[in-house]
Amino acid sequence: MKPVLTLMPKVAAMAIALGLLAGNALAAGVVEVPPRNTWSFSGPFGTFDNAQLQRGFKVYREVCASCHSMSKLAFRNLAQPGGPEFSEAQVKTLAASYQVKDGPNDAGEMFERPGRAADRIPSPFPNKQAAAAANGGAIPPDLSVIAKARTYERGFPWFVFDIFTQFQEQGVDYSAALLQGYVEPEHGIEVPPGKYYNKYFPAKIISMPKPLSDGQVEYVKGADGKPQAPETVDQYAKDVSAFLMWAAEPHMEQRKETGFRVLAFLLVFAGLLYFTKKKIWSRVEGHAHGPAF
Amino acid sequence: MSGHSTYVPKSAFGKWFESRLPIMGLIHSSLLTFPNPRNLNYFWTFGGILAFMLVSQIITGIVLAMHYTPHADMAFNSVEHIMRDVNYGWMLRYLHANGASMFFIAVYIHMFRGFYYGSYKAPREVLWILGVIIFLLMMATAFMGYVLPWGQMSFWGATVITNLFSAIPGVGETIVTFLWGGYAVDNPTLNRFFSLHYLLPFMIAGVVILHIWALHVPGSNNPAGVEKKTEKDTLPFHPYFTVKDALALVVFLMMFVWFAFYIPNFLGHADNYIEANAAVTPAHIVPEWYFLPFYAILRAIPDKLLGVMAMFGSIAIMLFLPWLDTSKVRSGNYRPVFQVFFWLFAINCVILGWLGSKPAQGGYVTASQICTAYYFIYFIVVLPLLGLFERPKPIPVSIADSILGRSGSAAAMASGAAASPNTKG
Repeated sequence: MKPVLTLMPKVAAMAIALGLLAGNALAAGVVEVPPRNTWSFSGPFGTFDNAQLQRGFKVYREVCASCHSMSKLAFRNLAQPGGPEFSEAQVKTLAASYQVKDGPNDAGEMFERPGRAADRIPSPFPNKQAAAAANGGAIPPDLSVIAKARTYERGFPWFVFDIFTQFQEQGVDYSAALLQGYVEPEHGIEVPPGKYYNKYFPAKIISMPKPLSDGQVEYVKGADGKPQAPETVDQYAKDVSAFLMWAAEPHMEQRKETGFRVLAFLLVFAGLLYFTKKKIWSRVEGHAHGPAF
Repeated sequence: MSGHSTYVPKSAFGKWFESRLPIMGLIHSSLLTFPNPRNLNYFWTFGGILAFMLVSQIITGIVLAMHYTPHADMAFNSVEHIMRDVNYGWMLRYLHANGASMFFIAVYIHMFRGFYYGSYKAPREVLWILGVIIFLLMMATAFMGYVLPWGQMSFWGATVITNLFSAIPGVGETIVTFLWGGYAVDNPTLNRFFSLHYLLPFMIAGVVILHIWALHVPGSNNPAGVEKKTEKDTLPFHPYFTVKDALALVVFLMMFVWFAFYIPNFLGHADNYIEANAAVTPAHIVPEWYFLPFYAILRAIPDKLLGVMAMFGSIAIMLFLPWLDTSKVRSGNYRPVFQVFFWLFAINCVILGWLGSKPAQGGYVTASQICTAYYFIYFIVVLPLLGLFERPKPIPVSIADSILGRSGSAAAMASGAAASPNTKG
């Protein structure tokens, strides 16, 4: 473990340097590599920034949720540790502001009731057909695990370095880039009516119109009367992407914490075993330094 | 399992029990006093690591099965339910998914250890063949396990691989329909894959018992490649090899933990977080990393049937390895020319793996064809001929001699080489 840990910064620096080179090389081609962001949740000790997740949820709710479902998420998840950590009361109020279909009741009829914390977040469309009909034939994907369902190719040798640097934010970098990737089409590219040009979308022609614009979502204001974070497309894109990362991996903080404990335990255990093994084998003639290969 | 139990029960109950079922004696002779060659290096610790991984996969798998729903409409959601709502479900799933990869890392090291040190040679042919059978069962188990989350790569991987059987002339289509339980990969396919995914690990466990039994007849091969002859050549399994295996296992587990807890999706595919959809084909259908070399061999050959035959042949040929390698010298340490071809073979396998992950077009196909050719040439041409033409280095007279630094004489080499095929340890 020790050599790996001491090498990590070097490997990371190399990976970044090579990544920049690749970025320049590819800029001329077709594939647009999403720029790397600094995320609070990257690396072995990364944690989610609660305030950022709360802002991200606001962006999701006010912008994305009109088309995109998040069917695997329950309201109660928004209060659990290692997430946006809204209060129980906030989550109850939020859930109650939704109408949820339930039933059948004793009369055999389906009915609508205010949402409860245990309910999954209701989807904007009743089924895929309705979603497609309302969106020019394209079905807006469910966003529950989208941060893990999207990526871009790292290629050799970067994917090898990623093992040691623990870089696994391709999906969330891609999502943040995509939301800001609406630019003028490259020369000679025809964008069909009802479609849009996005330089980070693999096919370039995307069905989703530019979803974000500056000042669109109002952030909670601090004591000084200024919003918590800038109300810009860049900030919205990052906040909602961070929220999507949490939604895809709600137990990430617990996972990394547990991993550290397990690894620390194994490291000590391995050390003890190493010296035990050395002691036991020292009795054997010709094995002072263990057998040669 | 080697029969010479020196176990004497201490208690009256122990004596009473042992005379009725001598299982304690069996454990005593095969796990405690079993004489192991004293010169085993760390490449010999992977058998124990593999046994641990099998048990780990079975335990995490059984608990996952308690929460998983094998239905085409619910499988994907039930996996997310495990990840989100089941206590430590995320840990079980990531340990199980990454555990499969760790299992394959360990088995490939174990196999290449065998390739290099000639562990498949007499008297260990049956031991080797049982190992190849375990490898085949592992591949089947891993393939069907990857289908269970019912993501896009699960679905399309299952479609591509099951379709291979349609290449069989005459009955191919019938076989594929039978495998699917219908006319496409659908709910019946998922159901039977789940059932078989649960069954096969226990079959693996059964063959593993035979594998260990066959191992304990001649005992382990060793880096010197000469059989143990006297007590000076060996050390009792406990404490010498229990502590060494334990150390190796714990170091291996650190790598496992690194993947499972820090980069749990590194070895997977992003597309598998998209629910299976028969109407949308992913841009690149790629199997898990441990199948990539074989996938490259499949695609190297333009003809479907021949490609399928080459892919299965690349594994089946290992069954004949004990007779394809004609060299009387077991360990690669004493075969300078073999070493060159062996390392080329190892690098070739890695390149095949890389090619398997690339689209089947242009230069990648040509490269795959060259690498596939070398893969088979190594088994069919290099190994049979090397044994006839290579001049091996002098092999040590005994294991003890190899450890204590006394090199063998030319006479010893000749007698050792001639005697080894008949040596029963």
